[in-house]
Amino acid sequence: MSSPESSPYSDTDAAPHGKARATEWPLWEIFIRGQHGLSHRHVGSLHAADAEGAIKNARDVYTRRNEGVSIWAVPASAIAASSPEEKGALYEPANDKVYRHPTFFDIPDEVGAM
Amino acid sequence: MSDALFEYLCRMGDNTLVLGHRISEWCGVAPVLEEDIALANTALDLIGQTQLWLGLAGEVEGKGRDADQLAFHRDVWDFRNLLLVEQPNGDFGRTMMRQFLFDGWHLAQLKGLMTSSNDQIAAIAEKSVKEVTYHLERATDTVIGLGDGTEESHKRMQDALDRLYPFVGEMFIADAVDQAMVSDGIAPDPSTLRPDYDAMLDAVLAEATLQKPTDDFAHKGGKSGARHTEHLGHMLTQMQWLQRAYPDATW
Repeated sequence: MSSPESSPYSDTDAAPHGKARATEWPLWEIFIRGQHGLSHRHVGSLHAADAEGAIKNARDVYTRRNEGVSIWAVPASAIAASSPEEKGALYEPANDKVYRHPTFFDIPDEVGAM
Repeated sequence: MSDALFEYLCRMGDNTLVLGHRISEWCGVAPVLEEDIALANTALDLIGQTQLWLGLAGEVEGKGRDADQLAFHRDVWDFRNLLLVEQPNGDFGRTMMRQFLFDGWHLAQLKGLMTSSNDQIAAIAEKSVKEVTYHLERATDTVIGLGDGTEESHKRMQDALDRLYPFVGEMFIADAVDQAMVSDGIAPDPSTLRPDYDAMLDAVLAEATLQKPTDDFAHKGGKSGARHTEHLGHMLTQMQWLQRAYPDATW
């Protein structure tokens, strides 16, 4: 059941949800380095009051089955992200420059899988 | 001798069983998702430790009872847990205060058991110490965060401390079972753990801006089984209902 504050059926059929409740903790993005992995990977997000709490919560939410050896917690608000509308401008020019893709080399069999 | 050892192992196992069940009652209804999962993890750690303690208790007793039978086929007067752990959850703050007060004792106790003359006990303690170190860390942070938080959270934490502090003393009172464990080199004398516990408590409570009650009165009767509070019986009707309704049912 949703709490009364966030119910879309309060006065009109689709009342806006509005801002996050004042009591809600800030959002953190969690990155974990796996036991055999080399770099930290984004695993999800969670709420916590501060950085220390975010690491502890990450330990409980994301590393219950021995998944990690190192945890990073980053405030979600500190992440700068590209916007989906700019996709064309950012990535498409790469597609017609075939010389940027190393597809013209024959790989010797001895090298094996790359 | 083996009677005292059986008693002692039941005390360790019943503490983790009863507290583990208590905090599992938060599953799905904790104030936030993250705390819900963290409490469920703690409950699972404690139930895991229960299997080891009560499993060993059954072996020592030698009457063919295993951990499940000890957990589900005994009634309230046979339980040997501290009164503190059977107290109802109350609000989230009271649950975390109870956790903090217990974890501080639990960790000191387990550290003492790591050098036990009984190898199996030392091994269980060594495994549990890692889990309980984290339990205490987490509970400490929460007690400080809520104690030194808003006016309302501070008040709730002070209420929780006032209510639960009379159950702290029992953890450190040595009786005949404890003395038998000490003389066999199996377990530390609980009364020797008190000074460090008090120092830890004072430091955390100061940071949490909470006042330790001045009255040192201690309720007793949990670990001896002489007088549990009314709450344990109610809890067992929930925890044991399936085995009571369908004795020896299995999956």
